Amino acid sequence: MPKRTDLHRILIIGSGPIIIGQACEFDYSGTQACKALKDEGYEVILVNSNPATIMTDPNLADRTYVEPLSVEYLTEIIRKERPDALLSTVGGQTGLNLSVALAEAGVLDEYGVELIGAKIESIKKAEDRLLFKDAMKKIGLETPTSSLLTSMQGGYDFAAKVGFPMILRPSFTMGGTGGGIAYNSEDLEEILARGLQLSPVHEVLAEESVLGWKEFELEVMRDLADNVIIVCSIENFDPMGVHTGDSITVAPVQTLTDREYQMMRDGALRCLREIGVDTGGSNVQFAINPDDGRMVVVEMNPRVSRSSALASKATGFPIAKIAAKLAVGYRLDEIPNDITRLTPACFEPTIDYVVAKIPRWQFEKFPGSDPTLGTQMKSVGEVMSIGRNFKAALAKAIRSQETGKSATKVEAFDVDLIPNKLITPTPDRLPYLFFAFEQGWTVAQVHELTKIDPWFLQQLFETVQLHTALAQKSLATITPAEMREAKRYGVADTTLARLWNEDPLRIRDRRKQMGIQAVFNRVDTCAAEFESFTPYLYSSYESECEAAPSDRKKVMILGAGPNRIGQGIEFDYCCCHASFALQEFDHESIMVNCNPETVSTDYDTSDRLYFEPLTLEEVLNIYDTEKPDGVIVQFGGQTPLNLALPLKRAGVPIIGTAPENIDLAEDRKLFGRLLDDLRIPSPPNGTATTVEEACAVANVLGYPVLVRPSYVLGGRAMTIAYDEDTVRRYMREAVTFSQERPVLVDRFLEDAIEVDVDCLSDGEDVLICGIMEHIEEAGIHSGDSSCVLPPFGIGAAELKTIEEYSVKLARALNVIGLMNVQYAIKDGKVYVIEVNPRASRTVPFVAKATGVPIPKIAVGLMVGRKLKEFAPLMQGKTSGVLSVPQFFVKSPVFPFNKFQGVDPVLGPEMRSTGEVMGVGENFGEAFAKAQLSAGSPLPAEGTVFISVSERHKNEAVDVAKSFAELGYSLAATRGTATVLKNAGLSCTTVFKVNEGRPNAVDLLKAGRLQLAIYTTTGVHSFGDEKALRRAAITYRVPCITTMSAARAAVQAAASRRRDPIRVWSLQEIHS
Amino acid sequence: MNPALLALEDGTVFEGRAFGAQTERSGEVVFNTSITGYQEIFSDPSYSGQIVVLTYPQIGNYGANEGDMESAKPYIEGLVVRDFSPIVSNWRSESPADQYLAGANVPIIDSIDTRKLVRHLRTRGVMRGVLSTISTNAAELVEKAKASPSMAGLDLATRVSTPASYRWTNPVEPVSPSERIGKVRPAEYHVVAFDFGIKRNILRRLVTSGCHVTVVPASTSAEDVLALRPDGVFLSNGPGDPEPLQAQAAQVRQLIGKAPIFGICLGHQVLGLALGGKTYKLKFGHRGGNHPVLNKRNGRVEITAQNHGFAVDPDSLADSDVEITHINLNDQTVEGLRHKSAPLFCVQYHPEAAPGPHDSLYLFDEFIDLMKEAKR
Repeated sequence: MPKRTDLHRILIIGSGPIIIGQACEFDYSGTQACKALKDEGYEVILVNSNPATIMTDPNLADRTYVEPLSVEYLTEIIRKERPDALLSTVGGQTGLNLSVALAEAGVLDEYGVELIGAKIESIKKAEDRLLFKDAMKKIGLETPTSSLLTSMQGGYDFAAKVGFPMILRPSFTMGGTGGGIAYNSEDLEEILARGLQLSPVHEVLAEESVLGWKEFELEVMRDLADNVIIVCSIENFDPMGVHTGDSITVAPVQTLTDREYQMMRDGALRCLREIGVDTGGSNVQFAINPDDGRMVVVEMNPRVSRSSALASKATGFPIAKIAAKLAVGYRLDEIPNDITRLTPACFEPTIDYVVAKIPRWQFEKFPGSDPTLGTQMKSVGEVMSIGRNFKAALAKAIRSQETGKSATKVEAFDVDLIPNKLITPTPDRLPYLFFAFEQGWTVAQVHELTKIDPWFLQQLFETVQLHTALAQKSLATITPAEMREAKRYGVADTTLARLWNEDPLRIRDRRKQMGIQAVFNRVDTCAAEFESFTPYLYSSYESECEAAPSDRKKVMILGAGPNRIGQGIEFDYCCCHASFALQEFDHESIMVNCNPETVSTDYDTSDRLYFEPLTLEEVLNIYDTEKPDGVIVQFGGQTPLNLALPLKRAGVPIIGTAPENIDLAEDRKLFGRLLDDLRIPSPPNGTATTVEEACAVANVLGYPVLVRPSYVLGGRAMTIAYDEDTVRRYMREAVTFSQERPVLVDRFLEDAIEVDVDCLSDGEDVLICGIMEHIEEAGIHSGDSSCVLPPFGIGAAELKTIEEYSVKLARALNVIGLMNVQYAIKDGKVYVIEVNPRASRTVPFVAKATGVPIPKIAVGLMVGRKLKEFAPLMQGKTSGVLSVPQFFVKSPVFPFNKFQGVDPVLGPEMRSTGEVMGVGENFGEAFAKAQLSAGSPLPAEGTVFISVSERHKNEAVDVAKSFAELGYSLAATRGTATVLKNAGLSCTTVFKVNEGRPNAVDLLKAGRLQLAIYTTTGVHSFGDEKALRRAAITYRVPCITTMSAARAAVQAAASRRRDPIRVWSLQEIHS
Repeated sequence: MNPALLALEDGTVFEGRAFGAQTERSGEVVFNTSITGYQEIFSDPSYSGQIVVLTYPQIGNYGANEGDMESAKPYIEGLVVRDFSPIVSNWRSESPADQYLAGANVPIIDSIDTRKLVRHLRTRGVMRGVLSTISTNAAELVEKAKASPSMAGLDLATRVSTPASYRWTNPVEPVSPSERIGKVRPAEYHVVAFDFGIKRNILRRLVTSGCHVTVVPASTSAEDVLALRPDGVFLSNGPGDPEPLQAQAAQVRQLIGKAPIFGICLGHQVLGLALGGKTYKLKFGHRGGNHPVLNKRNGRVEITAQNHGFAVDPDSLADSDVEITHINLNDQTVEGLRHKSAPLFCVQYHPEAAPGPHDSLYLFDEFIDLMKEAKR
């Protein structure tokens, strides 16, 4: 069947902000879908609240709405745009759920919108656990045996049937509260009794445990003619019990015979047909008992998933793109395979390499959180690597993680902890596996404790053996054959350097003298059976290089690596745009990255793609092969910046701002001198390399002070200290520092307004792209603060000063490309807090608010063009500040609901995973939309609870008065209530947690408080404050922790009552 | 670890490590792109006369077991892999795969750049080679490769065929408590199967579908076949060039119309010859488990297991009474034929899988249907 001609306009719903479990993989899938449908001539209407995505770029869809992903806003968009169809399967769980909600609300029927991809019945059958179990039973596929228990006796009976361990999940408790794993009858009695009590319906679902079984996934595609293919098979290194998003995974399957693999393939096909996914990609997860091969279906996702992104990158088969084409009626055999060109997409990719994925966790940002990996996903990102063998793939993946830890060497690990670290899966387990083998453990012993398949363990064991053997050699004694073997199995030059106490670059030189250097193989979907026309490459130490570099003018872009808090999709946005821009400026673009979730690692984003770790060794390998005319390091966040100087020293031409000048901004002494020369004030500051020095500096500056390490992104390990004890504790525990990397100590400006500025510069002309006013005051990390364009609370004189300082800084640092500056305004004075002459997290937001393609222009400047040439793209300006036609608010999204026990208070260390944008005709409207998109909608009515510290009491009166005028009731803790009552406001007094009951937390849990405004004294975070903030997270009550945000909330609440639901596409806004 | 050499007739030599038997074997060097199923490949008689390169780099991970044998012994001349696993991990494994090959005097070479070798074979075409785990004299091995027999014109089917006829009664056994194969149907049809190098899974599938099978030598005459009063005749897969099998084609020709006929792989090619067609050698053949085949009768695409170096020339059948029912979507070659009036059909690929996907098992039912109709 050719494509459908009865459809003209297709709506795509994106997945919203980056959160744990739903990250840039849906930017990848949405972007592919938009491109594919536009190529087919359809008009695409895209909705996504996340401005940092590529997919929300105005040229990817015909109509792009950065609006809240809620039924009411989607209804308005549908009413306005009248799409013929809604593609439900490329926007993650968010897109799928919203599609279902729109169908159930009757909106799709009312406006005649057809759901394409997956039908509503199929989605329900796949998502509802009981319907799914029934469906699987019908087709003869097993699911874990389960029973709904209503009594203790039921539990004993079920245990007699399935044995221990047993999984218990009380029905209808929030976030799985009260559930657990019973390993014996004692556990059973305890957990079941508790569960029956906690469940409002006094029911507990008991399920046979498949902990320790082997876990597999198949990525399946189906077309309307019922042609079905498996794109990729994945085997989890971590057995059942760890969420697949938190598991190390490997493609393809390594330890199944063909008979077993085909049994699984048959099962996946039956599952897809029974669930009834008409078209597109799905993911089916299986568990297999390693003792007898019994197989159960664990779950099925009737949509493009995180694993689909991985499978696409692992095989070169573009699942999302093909899914979009199938949804409009194409059959698999009508779509060509882009990579081989001559063969169709209707086949099963076969690969001749091994792919490994390792998740990236950040428990260090959430003190008090439990790093145990279980059934709820906790990682914030992932890396993928490709090697010609498992060992090399795993070693590359470990390097790609950039955890600062070396591939296999465990520092400061404790022999006594080995058993515990092996039994309980945490991010430490992989390094501890290597450590255990170093300590003489056998594969059998380790398998006993971990249930990880012995084949995988053997690979780790052999890696340790190889390292041990290499340690006996030296650079002088190693033979070329031994060196080649080491490299072939993924041993890094840095590892050899450590083993032999040498400089890694000396090892590189010697190695090259031996004729041993990396070559590049192609990811071609067919194991070399057919010619590949797509330069999608990975390195190996094979004998033949397939890179075939061109002799065009070319530029290499270093990507951002795995998603981390503070370094996420914004930088992928910049890198992708750099690539598109280079192509436009007639340069070949070469992308280097190792993050499978991203658009940058799509083989058709850049002219050439190298899927490689972002290490000096690997980047130099690519440089040696490609010999690009320039390398861009300023778009990928801190990862490429860390490589900039070493690359430059190795003779690599870095284009744009000189690495020395990028670095200068990090060097306190040099930077201080520069600011002095320019007569630009900054908060008084100093540096320290010892505890005593830090205290001395702090005393001179006066408290509070902001202390932080140099060279970090996202405010990692940054803290505000109000006293010397905190400084001491920080220096002792929180941070590592050295002569080269001292700790920075700044006077902290309390209650200052913080401002972010992004600008473009060619070294002479400087254009301010945006002056963003933060809604939270200085001290809250800029990535965790909402911000607004245009600024609305900053005076004209201060704006002028900001503009002037920014121009001076850009010229002084000879910025070629982008620069971000953070300012604080206190008592009318403007201070520079930080300068980063590189792309910042806010670039995509500013680009979308101004309608100016900022990264593209930056790349133009880097390849030698002048700002003046781009005036037509920049509102005709080459100086001054870009204007914005409406109000745009960017708000952060936090993962606190995933980390039990963590205090969700904001501070100088960034903890948000994603962001959303709200657009409005006034600030209140934009802020209200942003808050709605961020998942903490401000209530339209109800009770506002206020408890503020002493210095905020006066301001609290104004805020409370405004809420009261808008018709909200007020409640407050004693001190605040007194102030409010004195001001003539009617207000209920509420107990603090330690004052008696019912207290604020009780009321919040009972649904009596709809909004909480709770500020701290700044010195300590008291237990009861934390309890309230935690309860607010659990019960989804918005909790505001700063006065500036409280004032913003008043405006948003006013907008909710005043303004109609209205939406604007970016194309309308910037037409 | 001992060294091993693979020398090709064009002078290309790969040096690696020796596993398996200490010996020297020659054959046509071909590659297979399946990720799983190495044991079925080793023991498929169709690989007789061939040194097999597996494109998937990590081989041996799951060992070997009796249940996955496609014949009584390994038939490959030699095995070429990137990394052979020193340990096995699978609950069905009975022995490491290299021991099992060593026992059958089959050498293994590992630690060579198999991707380079595959790219070489893809561009130059398959060629003769010698795999030695005992000699390090490359020049001599190249000469031996040049002197080894060419696949074209070689009748290997007769050589690997059973010397005497036998009955086969084993059905497909489930591999795990979770595998759904379906009930073994009562044996209502007597199938006489020509053994040109038959894979056991074909026999198992026939039994599961409701047949009792008599396997007969490749040289059996039409008269002798008919004397067994078959409800259907099956022509098996097998190694080598179909052209030398003119005598068998002649016998098969006499069976057309007398009993329903179903052919697979070499059996399909022999039928092509019997129907007056010609075959030709492909540059590097089709060997793997991911080939898309279009069933022209219903428009569906099947993902198929394939293993053949020759193909039926569609032009040579232009004037005959056959319909081309299946084509390969990668290169548009003929994958299936059906006679327009006589009960006869055949496919170039392997519906019995082993290894490979099960998309085409329906063909066994179609054979049953033909026999049912003929019986009526």
